[in-house]
Amino acid sequence: MPHTITEKIFSAHLVDEPFPDVKVLRLDAVFCHEITTPVAIADLEWRGKDRVFDPTRIKAVIDHVTPAKDTKTAIQGKMLRDWARRHGIADFFDVGYNGVCHALFPEKGFVRPGYTVIMGDSHTCTYGAFAAFAAGVGTTDLEVGILKGVCAFRQPRSLRLDIVGVLPFGVFAKDVALEMIRRLTVSGARDMVIEFHGPAISAFDMEERMTLCNMAIEAGATCGICQPDEKTADYLRPFIRDEFPTARHALEAWAKWRSDPDAMYEARLALDISNLEPLSTVGYKPDEVKPVRLLTEVKVDQVYIGGCTNGRLSDLRAAAHILKGRRLATGTRGIVSPATPKVFKAAMEDGTLRIFMDAGFCVTNPTCGACLGMSNGVLAPGEVCAATTNRNFYGRMGEGGMVHLMSPVSAAAAGVAGHICDPREMM
Amino acid sequence: MSEFGGPVLFLDRSDINTDEIIPAKYLVEIKKEALKPHLLEDLKLPGFSPASPAGRQAKVIVTRRNFGCGSSREHAVWVLEVNGIRAVIAESFARIFRGNMFNCGLLAIELPAAEIDAIFALADRPAACAVDLAKKQLLFTCEGREIRRTAFALNAFDEALVRAGGWVEFADQRY
Repeated sequence: MPHTITEKIFSAHLVDEPFPDVKVLRLDAVFCHEITTPVAIADLEWRGKDRVFDPTRIKAVIDHVTPAKDTKTAIQGKMLRDWARRHGIADFFDVGYNGVCHALFPEKGFVRPGYTVIMGDSHTCTYGAFAAFAAGVGTTDLEVGILKGVCAFRQPRSLRLDIVGVLPFGVFAKDVALEMIRRLTVSGARDMVIEFHGPAISAFDMEERMTLCNMAIEAGATCGICQPDEKTADYLRPFIRDEFPTARHALEAWAKWRSDPDAMYEARLALDISNLEPLSTVGYKPDEVKPVRLLTEVKVDQVYIGGCTNGRLSDLRAAAHILKGRRLATGTRGIVSPATPKVFKAAMEDGTLRIFMDAGFCVTNPTCGACLGMSNGVLAPGEVCAATTNRNFYGRMGEGGMVHLMSPVSAAAAGVAGHICDPREMM
Repeated sequence: MSEFGGPVLFLDRSDINTDEIIPAKYLVEIKKEALKPHLLEDLKLPGFSPASPAGRQAKVIVTRRNFGCGSSREHAVWVLEVNGIRAVIAESFARIFRGNMFNCGLLAIELPAAEIDAIFALADRPAACAVDLAKKQLLFTCEGREIRRTAFALNAFDEALVRAGGWVEFADQRY
């Protein structure tokens, strides 16, 4: 019988089916950050079960508020730090080594094709770019994952999204993600895995695939998932060299994590990106999307470039291409947060950060910070931000603020113009 | 009064998200009780005020589609729990929120759109809802008089979680 990649991963990891349609899966990786993990740690301590199933399969990072901004966030960091130490979790990333989880963990090679991954964070779906089943979960699921190395799922249905065409000039993976959400709506892929196919996906590099998979949750999806290919193998090369002498060996081993051609899907959707334009969200839901050229009336108080959607090196370089030789408009401030120390260093060494600073941007350390209005760039009521992040909910970046989600290039152009504009005119 | 039930708060909108249920700035709290005053703080809905008696006394929420979309934060469930809201009735829920409810031993009850419409027709009066878990029945009353009776379904796993008191208890016994 033909199967989807998700069905294959589920079968290979099945531990128990306690009830019909409930699959308890063995986990290859449990990722933790300082916001959703401390309550799980405290509960395990309270239950007298302060244990971890396997310290090598647990990775932890302080990323949401870092360095700590006050006593409460310092305590959250300390709880995660102390817990990692006492359980011998070697892959714990503290201040100086930390970055936005969904950019940092892939960069470390922690996600491989065929893996099952959970994290107490909804954008865990990002890791589907590596042909892994990766799902955001709450603290209770995380707690059981830490203790037992398992998680229960209803067998997700798969939605096959075929993306065809070539990205037009000035249009990026983020625009494809926004168009996908516009088409599906915020609940269109609820309880489903979005399985990406098509020549456009094959042409995307791993960073672009991560951007796209990252926003699958905004359409309600459990995970966004890509098939493993040469690009997956090339990206993971430094980490799999001992296991696979060449990329071909890796691809042969990963062939079992490809959907069969005649697999069954709950739904199918085709997206032709040939005529796509640069897009932006307009309201408080990520499916409220319009071309940026129609939004030139929208003045921008702040530009934010960073986050798990678009804080990687290719994103910063693309924005710098707009900013080179230009400055932020008077009355518009800019913040750039390279998503990891590696991105920060590379952007420093190749001159990208210099371009940002010359344009008037503030460069912050890697952190989730402003994306969810916790630190490093919270908006005042009535303020407007052009952001490369993934959520524009009311109050997301600060009470009474408005967030317009767009590509790094569109955000940089909005900063230069002082209002949302078509970035193609500056390219 | 059943274990799950009490005054009903009607939230007549789809896609109410986790940031509206509990804003991210409160995620720095380690104690669930500290979330209590901030229930639905950022929800802007005509006629709704989180500080109103209807908001404060509610023990059951009735709402539309895709409730709890957005973040994975279980704080969105805990802020309901510490306010005594142990059941949410909706046409549908976002996956993570729904899982979090049952994982905490709370009820996320899904009903067909027509039934949700019929329940919203009761919203002009102060309504209460009693949840009979054994009979899988919701009993809506107004000033003690029955105004509607609705059957609901729970899958076996979700019911087992509610009876066990949550996923940690269930998993700990089994794995």
